[in-house]
Amino acid sequence: MAENIGKVAGVNGNMVTVAFTGTVMQNEVAYVRTGNEILKSEVIRVQGKRADVQVFEDTYGIKVGDEVEFSGELLSAELGPGLLTQVFDGLQNPLPRLAEASGFFLKRGVYLNALDPERIWDFTPLVKVGDTVRAGDRIGFVPEGIFKHYIMTPFIWQGEWTIDAVVPAGIYQAGEAVAKASNANGEKRDITMIQRWPVKIPINHYAEKLLPEKPLVTAQRIIDTFFPVAVGGTFCTPGPFGAGKTVLQHAISRYADADVVIVAACGERAGEVVEILREYPHLEDPRTGKTLMDRSVIICNTSSMPVAAREASVYTAVTLAEYYRQMGLNALLLADSTSRWAQALREMSGRLEEIPGDEAFPAYLESRIAAFYERAGLVKLRSGELGSVTIGGAVSPAGGNFEEPVTQATLKVVGAFLGLSRERSDARRYPAIHPLDSWSKYTSVVNLKELDFARHILRRGSEVNQMMKVIGEDGTSLADYVIYLKSEFLDYVYLQQNTFDPVDASSDLKRQNYVFDKVSEVLAHEFKFEDKDEARRYFLELRQLFLDWNYIAEKDAKFKTQEAAIDAKIKENSANA
Amino acid sequence: MRKVYHNIVRIAGNVIAVEADNVANNELAEVISSQGKSLAQVIRLQDNLVYLQVFAGSRGVSTGDPVRFLGKRMQISASEMLLGRILNGCGEPRDGRPELNIDMVDIGGPSVNPSRRIIPRNMIRTNIPMIDVFNTLVESQKLPIFSIAGEPYNQLLARIALQAEVDVIIIGGMGLKYDDYLYLRNTLENQGALNRSVFIVHTAADPTVECLMVPDMALAVAEKYALEGKRVLTLLTDMTNFADAKKEIAITMEQIPSNRGYPGDLYSQLASRYEKAVDFDGAGSITILAVTTMPGDDVTHPVPDNTGYITEGQFYLRNGRIEPFGSLSRLKQQVNGKTRKDHRAIMDAMIRLYAEYKNSLEKQSMGFLMSAWDNKLLKYGKLFEARMMDLSVNISLEDALDLGWKTLAECFDKNEVGMKTDLINEFWPKAQDGKN
Repeated sequence: MAENIGKVAGVNGNMVTVAFTGTVMQNEVAYVRTGNEILKSEVIRVQGKRADVQVFEDTYGIKVGDEVEFSGELLSAELGPGLLTQVFDGLQNPLPRLAEASGFFLKRGVYLNALDPERIWDFTPLVKVGDTVRAGDRIGFVPEGIFKHYIMTPFIWQGEWTIDAVVPAGIYQAGEAVAKASNANGEKRDITMIQRWPVKIPINHYAEKLLPEKPLVTAQRIIDTFFPVAVGGTFCTPGPFGAGKTVLQHAISRYADADVVIVAACGERAGEVVEILREYPHLEDPRTGKTLMDRSVIICNTSSMPVAAREASVYTAVTLAEYYRQMGLNALLLADSTSRWAQALREMSGRLEEIPGDEAFPAYLESRIAAFYERAGLVKLRSGELGSVTIGGAVSPAGGNFEEPVTQATLKVVGAFLGLSRERSDARRYPAIHPLDSWSKYTSVVNLKELDFARHILRRGSEVNQMMKVIGEDGTSLADYVIYLKSEFLDYVYLQQNTFDPVDASSDLKRQNYVFDKVSEVLAHEFKFEDKDEARRYFLELRQLFLDWNYIAEKDAKFKTQEAAIDAKIKENSANA
Repeated sequence: MRKVYHNIVRIAGNVIAVEADNVANNELAEVISSQGKSLAQVIRLQDNLVYLQVFAGSRGVSTGDPVRFLGKRMQISASEMLLGRILNGCGEPRDGRPELNIDMVDIGGPSVNPSRRIIPRNMIRTNIPMIDVFNTLVESQKLPIFSIAGEPYNQLLARIALQAEVDVIIIGGMGLKYDDYLYLRNTLENQGALNRSVFIVHTAADPTVECLMVPDMALAVAEKYALEGKRVLTLLTDMTNFADAKKEIAITMEQIPSNRGYPGDLYSQLASRYEKAVDFDGAGSITILAVTTMPGDDVTHPVPDNTGYITEGQFYLRNGRIEPFGSLSRLKQQVNGKTRKDHRAIMDAMIRLYAEYKNSLEKQSMGFLMSAWDNKLLKYGKLFEARMMDLSVNISLEDALDLGWKTLAECFDKNEVGMKTDLINEFWPKAQDGKN
């Protein structure tokens, strides 16, 4: 095919207008050639014989008349073994290898293969000559970390294909053909371990989508108990800056019960990614004994990296998650922050001079956000196995105001809303998820009756607290005051959790149930106090015992002695004594 | 010799459009008008039209004035000779000494590869308890000081600059009042710090657009020094002026504003500057402290709001004190576990109790009867403000922690402070033991 070349006719920020003569496809990748550099870009609008492309790089130095090459391919991700443990930018360039190529700084116009085609893998075939396969069917597998990484018929292939040849089990390079196939039209194609898929289109090569019901244990008490997340579900964590969104996301990425974790650092601080990059290779994954890095892929397009690539990064991330779902694995995608992605849409929409909606966001903001979260889901594969993609998105609302368009559009489509509040983070009550405003449509891991009662106490406690601010402590009855103290107690010993303490940072299902029963016992217990001072003192002491208990590992002998001390304390002021 | 163009077809705000060809995006040009020579930068290309922002402003520019393209991007000298020098917003000397043309570096260079960054690990001691104890400043951190006009933010900057252990101080002034500029210069000079400082100063009297280059120039120099292994502290004051200049250009270019007239890319623009803060693996570091004045003391204003999402925390300077609420150093966890083992516990407990003090204070002001607990909190709050929050307090971190324990012991019983029992046993001042 002849090269399809256009010429630059205008530059406006990271948008370049190209005059072309041939044909141009919406969303195809184009390369702007300026000086010695080749800059990747994507077609986002065509008008007459002019195409607007968003450039994934800084646009300095581009001149009117520079050549632009249209590639004919949609923006795609490379899928295959070797994705795990990698660190990519939004366009799936491996950052560590970029650093080897160009040093401290991200030189523009340098693109590398996401996967090394020469890396060798131990391949075991699953098909034989004569088998009929469709896109997504398994050809064989290679071991990747603790998983069988299935090599599948490329997802973009249409119709039925017959296997003409397949290699015997053995060591092969990722880029080598492991099978050959042909279809009824006589077309012949090779299957390698690496395939490409356009990132903006969902991979849906499964039998059916199921309702997410099973909880995804995050080991964060306030989430699993009060606002659970489901395997294959969606949740969002909006919050003003400084409320602890990123710390919470890191805690989830560390402790969540998922097979593969994709962290998409989208338009946020580089420093936050660095923590993951430098720490995960040394942190043990409690589920497998390997490191956390072994189950992670990091897509990192931080705030100072080009804006257009930021828009692509969340799609790249969700495509990788969907790819692992096709292998029957549970993938968790954490995107921090979807607001930055929405802002990238806004910037581009502004350059296109589209009629703006609320706060200058484009009118299609809601549908884009909905389409993104809809890529999550629990699915039954054609093999009968289950796989899932769970999506958790951080939202950074302007001014911390949840009424803004991105938060509102997100709330419409997610299954759980973990709203972080400035008020709680100012009071150092972490995680600062608001226990009254947040909600979840999924089922909790603890006894539901006890949970209802705990919620009731929280609500009543908040009411009493409000009332006390108006009528004062002395105007409040002792009974009401005790309810307030109980709600504060629940807050301190259960809702709050210290991420920086090795024990308290993660609370598994068993422990949560155990401790929640004990906390519920306190909440339901009838106490007898002379006056408010006595009540306050009593609850402070009880709180202290519980806090210390939270810091003791379950297998530690002190766990039981501390529990005994708590039991004794509960009896002390019992109304039934 | 580069070609000179004379056909200026549009002059609006500080942006002119000239018909020219073979011009590169973001390249520099010179516009020579009756008012003198001014630098300008290409900000948009549209067929044969070239849009330029003129740093000295478009006043007095005539449609027939010559525009000469320089074929290069904005550069600044980053040689050792720059130390002790004072430049203006165009990078020209404002100290009457000769211009420097060696070791030129491009400004606004590419961002650092995240995989080559390292986790910040060194505390910067300031001897201000509200910083050292509660929101520790860390080498390579980017931190704004949120304040309002009239607060002593430049004094705070100067004090941190002088007390922090760094190799080079770079001061980028944007829309700086002349008095403030003189104050900063004289303070550094009197303390003998001028010879390790670089001033890039745009004063309120200079043309607005000139301040757009200040952060980029300051950070380009900082980056060069950091790559040479130096620990650089960059002070930017005031970033709100920078954002306002960006707004002005965006409006002139008829961009659709997103929020209160600011362009939609405000976040990215601020981020690409702040993200220059870095600790290089095997070289030096850049720490950024930037003043952001909040119009109307409103933190939800687009400039402080976007800044807060970019930076690693923020200090609120209000009534001459660093506010304990809202102020945050996100990197403190990287260092405060290694200082002294009671550091984190004291930090959390004291702030939590101060929050409760505020509640009691509110109750008191509404005329409610104070309980015994309220009275304890009231006593504590006053001590906390005097011993920790007052900006004149100048003590080391360790002394501040000890003072914290002393304050807690003077006001509360051991079980009222909500700390781990083993820490209390170790650090609770012995003299107060009899009370409980």
